[in-house]
Amino acid sequence: MTGRAAWSKERASLIIANHSHQRGALLPMLHALQDEFGCIEDAAMRLLAKALNLSRAEVHGVVSFYHDFRRTRAGHHVIKICRAEACQAMGADALIAHAERHLSTALGGTTDDGTFSLQAVYCLGNCALSPAVMVDTELHGRVDATRFDALVRVQREDL
Amino acid sequence: MRAQTIYIPKDAAALSVGADEVADAISLEAQRRRLSIDIVRTGSRGMLWLEPLVEVSLPEGRVAYGPVTVNDVPALFDTGFLSAADHWLSLGFTEELPYLKNQDRLTFARCGVIDPLSIDDYQAHGGFAGLKRALTMTAGEICAEVRESGLRGRGGAGFPTGIKWQTVLDAPAEQKFICCNADEGDSGTFADRMIMEGDPFSLIEGMTIAALAVGASEGYIYIRSEYPHAIATLRAAIAIAMRKGWLGDGLHGTDREFHLQVRVGAGAYICGEETSMLESLEGKRGQVRAKPPLPALQGLFGQPTVVNNVLSLTTVPVILARGAAHYRDFGVGRSRGTQPFQLAGNIKHGGLVEKAFGVTLHELLYDFGGGTASGRPIRAVQTGGPLGAYVPPSLFDMEEDYEAFAAHDALVGHGGIVVFDDSVDMAKQARFALEFCAVESCGKCTPCRIGSQRGVEVMDHIIAGERVDENLILLDDLCELLTDGSLCAMGGLTPLPVQSALKHFADDFAPKPQTEDS
Repeated sequence: MTGRAAWSKERASLIIANHSHQRGALLPMLHALQDEFGCIEDAAMRLLAKALNLSRAEVHGVVSFYHDFRRTRAGHHVIKICRAEACQAMGADALIAHAERHLSTALGGTTDDGTFSLQAVYCLGNCALSPAVMVDTELHGRVDATRFDALVRVQREDL
Repeated sequence: MRAQTIYIPKDAAALSVGADEVADAISLEAQRRRLSIDIVRTGSRGMLWLEPLVEVSLPEGRVAYGPVTVNDVPALFDTGFLSAADHWLSLGFTEELPYLKNQDRLTFARCGVIDPLSIDDYQAHGGFAGLKRALTMTAGEICAEVRESGLRGRGGAGFPTGIKWQTVLDAPAEQKFICCNADEGDSGTFADRMIMEGDPFSLIEGMTIAALAVGASEGYIYIRSEYPHAIATLRAAIAIAMRKGWLGDGLHGTDREFHLQVRVGAGAYICGEETSMLESLEGKRGQVRAKPPLPALQGLFGQPTVVNNVLSLTTVPVILARGAAHYRDFGVGRSRGTQPFQLAGNIKHGGLVEKAFGVTLHELLYDFGGGTASGRPIRAVQTGGPLGAYVPPSLFDMEEDYEAFAAHDALVGHGGIVVFDDSVDMAKQARFALEFCAVESCGKCTPCRIGSQRGVEVMDHIIAGERVDENLILLDDLCELLTDGSLCAMGGLTPLPVQSALKHFADDFAPKPQTEDS
């Protein structure tokens, strides 16, 4: 579960400074900012552009290129369901249909209560125990509809 | 009484089916019974259908139990599994299981055996022997040794590793880099993840040998963000290696230096393409570069750079420790050594099989894999990832060998084999290949960016039965354009799954017979 801290220019500047000694630091900075604030805000992009002597367009180009970086916060938990070939061979399509029904949101969406974001992912490296699902950073294998519902229930109880 | 040692994997795949919960349950049950046990968390042995696999240490070897669930734990203690008593989950000696015994474990010899973050364990099992030898050799000698081993790039392209290194060595520059491509994005592959989690020091050792071979002082491991466990394990391993003098300044008491760090990807499949990965490491959009210049001459930050896959680099210590000839003696033709194959998808015994080249698909799928998980017949396998061909059963006698596969327009690739049973719709798979390309294209070249999208639309027409013959001609034309006109393998190889599906499973593309009521 990534951080959801409210935007703070001071905090963001500190995070950027902490990574500024690295070569090619933009990706590590973006990861660190997203881990803190849950997404990449416009204000963060302005700070990054200034710190790295890039145009805001260049920073925006990087943010929009990578699937991981978000412009708005996700739900409290992010559920990624693999829809690559190995998982397809074990019924990933049916699992996705079930998940969409169960959470009443489509892939790419967030539940109305903001608890879960549902995403497609192409391979979690668990291809011998398909279908695979990742809840935040926790990997789950051999996930069928029953197991999926149990995973969702556990996360709801934890909130 | 001496504490009994129990081995339980902490590999992500094992965790995904409850290894942590089983470890906790065993620990609690032992406390409750006042029994003294010592739980060692290892990588995975690669018999993933048996995970969580619990091993008990005996003087004669380790005895395996699996797949163990939390509910099995009290009964295991009742029957006396701590002294390897028989139980319905007992599998006997781990090393004697045919799945493991019939493999040629060179690269993965330690994986699942040792505590991944114990440098003492690593050395006790032959670790750093290759690096110690490399430290006594000249850069040219190391390159020659790797060249003579016949090792080819295990990422999929199969380029001779020693020749790549020699090119970097011969390039004059103030600074050179070693970059490990750990952006293992192919569906059906998990070998990189497994070895990074199960034997991370072997990657550190391999990269350090590469650095000595080309005169590099800095290295990066680019790991995909989908692998949080591998990222954590490698970061920890690097810190330990630094502390113990196996990385950093003054390598193992010499005046050599090598600094290594992990960089995390951000969910872009294309960053597994080497030039795209370099762009990403430089903090840019992961768009592929035109070649030439080769990364070996102008790579990271414009400097000569070795870019190798995890498996190539983790195999290097074995070659240096045992000699080029030992490695070259495995394999067939121009495919020397071993390949860690990964049995995935609808397969009964899914997992990792490291085997010398020359093993047939049939042996891998049936002798090791045991057929499908669903019990239905295998209809197709996709080898070499999402850009690899779909292979029908009539070709299962094909030997795993770069050239033999290429002769059938198929890819060995990174060794992934995804199994489908007879319920698969190959037209749908062909559509998916194009859809995947459309989602993951870096957008730099037009054939890949636009062609993949048009391909999805054409496939939609074919699947809907609209003017199928005309659309098949269009699809063929589009595939030819993608093959010839794309800048990299993403667009260039996407036609492989599409055209192989068409060639071997043409029926699935024919208009569906109309039923009475439709």
